[in-house]
Amino acid sequence: MEYSEKVIDHYTNPRNVGKIEDASGVGEVGNPVCGDIMKMFIKVENNIIVDVKFKTFGCGAAIATSSISTEMIKGKTLEEALQLKNTDVVNKLGGLPPVKLHCSVLAEEAIHEAIADYYRKEGKLTEEEIREKCNLKEHHCDHCCE
Amino acid sequence: MDIVYLDNSATTKTDEEVVKEMIPYMSKNYGNPSSIYKIGRENRKAVEDARDKVAKVLNCESGEIYFTSCGSESDNTAIKGIAYGYKNKGNHIITSKIEHPAVLETCKQLEKEGFEVTYISVDENGIVNLEELEKSIKPTTTLITIMFANNEIGTIQPIKEIGEIAKKHNVLFHTDAVQAVGNIRIDVKDMNIDSLSLSAHKFYGPKGVGALYVRKGVKFDKFLNGGHQERNKRAGTENVAGIVGLGKAIELAYMDLEKHNEKIKQLRDYYVEQVKERIPYIKINGDMEKRLPGNSNISFRFIEGEGLLLNLDLKGICASSGSACTSGSLDPSHVLLAIGLPHEIAHGSLRISIGKYNTKEEIDYVIDNLVEIVGRLREMSPLWEEFLEEENK
Repeated sequence: MEYSEKVIDHYTNPRNVGKIEDASGVGEVGNPVCGDIMKMFIKVENNIIVDVKFKTFGCGAAIATSSISTEMIKGKTLEEALQLKNTDVVNKLGGLPPVKLHCSVLAEEAIHEAIADYYRKEGKLTEEEIREKCNLKEHHCDHCCE
Repeated sequence: MDIVYLDNSATTKTDEEVVKEMIPYMSKNYGNPSSIYKIGRENRKAVEDARDKVAKVLNCESGEIYFTSCGSESDNTAIKGIAYGYKNKGNHIITSKIEHPAVLETCKQLEKEGFEVTYISVDENGIVNLEELEKSIKPTTTLITIMFANNEIGTIQPIKEIGEIAKKHNVLFHTDAVQAVGNIRIDVKDMNIDSLSLSAHKFYGPKGVGALYVRKGVKFDKFLNGGHQERNKRAGTENVAGIVGLGKAIELAYMDLEKHNEKIKQLRDYYVEQVKERIPYIKINGDMEKRLPGNSNISFRFIEGEGLLLNLDLKGICASSGSACTSGSLDPSHVLLAIGLPHEIAHGSLRISIGKYNTKEEIDYVIDNLVEIVGRLREMSPLWEEFLEEENK
């Protein structure tokens, strides 16, 4: 299996590893049975993601997608961050092997969950509105490697 | 360090002496062993000399050895060949849950073709349950196929006892000994083995050549149709250079077996002791006694194996893992699941297989890097964080 140089760079020197103690929102996706869990912490000020950190249990691709997606949403508005697609993450990494594409889906989902958590804490939107806005879905493990 | 090769269960570095023996058969000695002229006859002799060497190691007749292209071909030939050779007697085969894919996938194929297969379980160390094995024998059972030693956790099966059970019930016994040959002394007569697979590149021989032992009198259908080679059981012009290499490699392996094993086992035990001492929250997988000398399989909790392998690779260290990401499927290793490991612990497994060229300096280098990499990956792992939070409560 071949990883791009960018993927190798990101799993060797992952950016923004860690946690934010007073995070505005935290999102966690995946499960240990599947072999990958991603946890994203965001700090939001004036609708802008001013800081983001992650913790990931998983393979090289899981670490690299977490790392690069934190870079991609830092400094963005929440709406911009919600626009980030898993394919953008894959492109930015210079591609991923097909069996690893689900890692980029996890990264997208982790961001959406973190932003949803922020909205919940903010308390302005109903759960239904949050689910709609953040496009939340159940993660099904049996599909993630397809 | 340049490359620290600790994946000797995957393949081994071809011994220089073996390479030297092979070279003439890749250049000046090009005759077809089936031809009647001198350069053909000489190569026939080279093939037969190699056959004698294999037979001597296994304690069988040279006429019971068939050369193949690899261990997988040997397994396919033996299992399908015997299943079809005895299909008038019955259609039931017994194997274990921890076999190599060359055996498991062959059995699955036979199931599609109307055979019935029982997959017996193993205990937490990976040893097959002999009682379950004996109980699963039926009047229709024709073949038991159980591996000699496991490729992932190194567990060595009670082969002689399995052979006795098979003999008692008049069932044939095949063993995939790909990981065992070159590591363990084998006597097919004493162990009641009817059929056995081996592969040269696992014991410092070349890739692309294997052998199959089938006891005289055992019927088996041929796998490859064509010419009369290998006593009409395996068509195709012989891989003379490979066969010569296999012969030399098996001879060398058994010449110094105990000496090499002692050194390899010491290094393995040192590695395991150092890991236990310097890295907390690990699980050692497999039996510590009935085990291949160079094999270790350790799960590092809270981290995933592929991430570990990639980081080791950056340091020039070659090893292997049973994580899903390295198995090419969604599930971690079927062997680790069969010995009862939960998925998340199986995902964090690391197999180190030590060979005759490894040194203590290399093991020290690996340990130092492992301590650093495991620590770093745990720092990055949400599971580790949760675990620490629980601990501090």
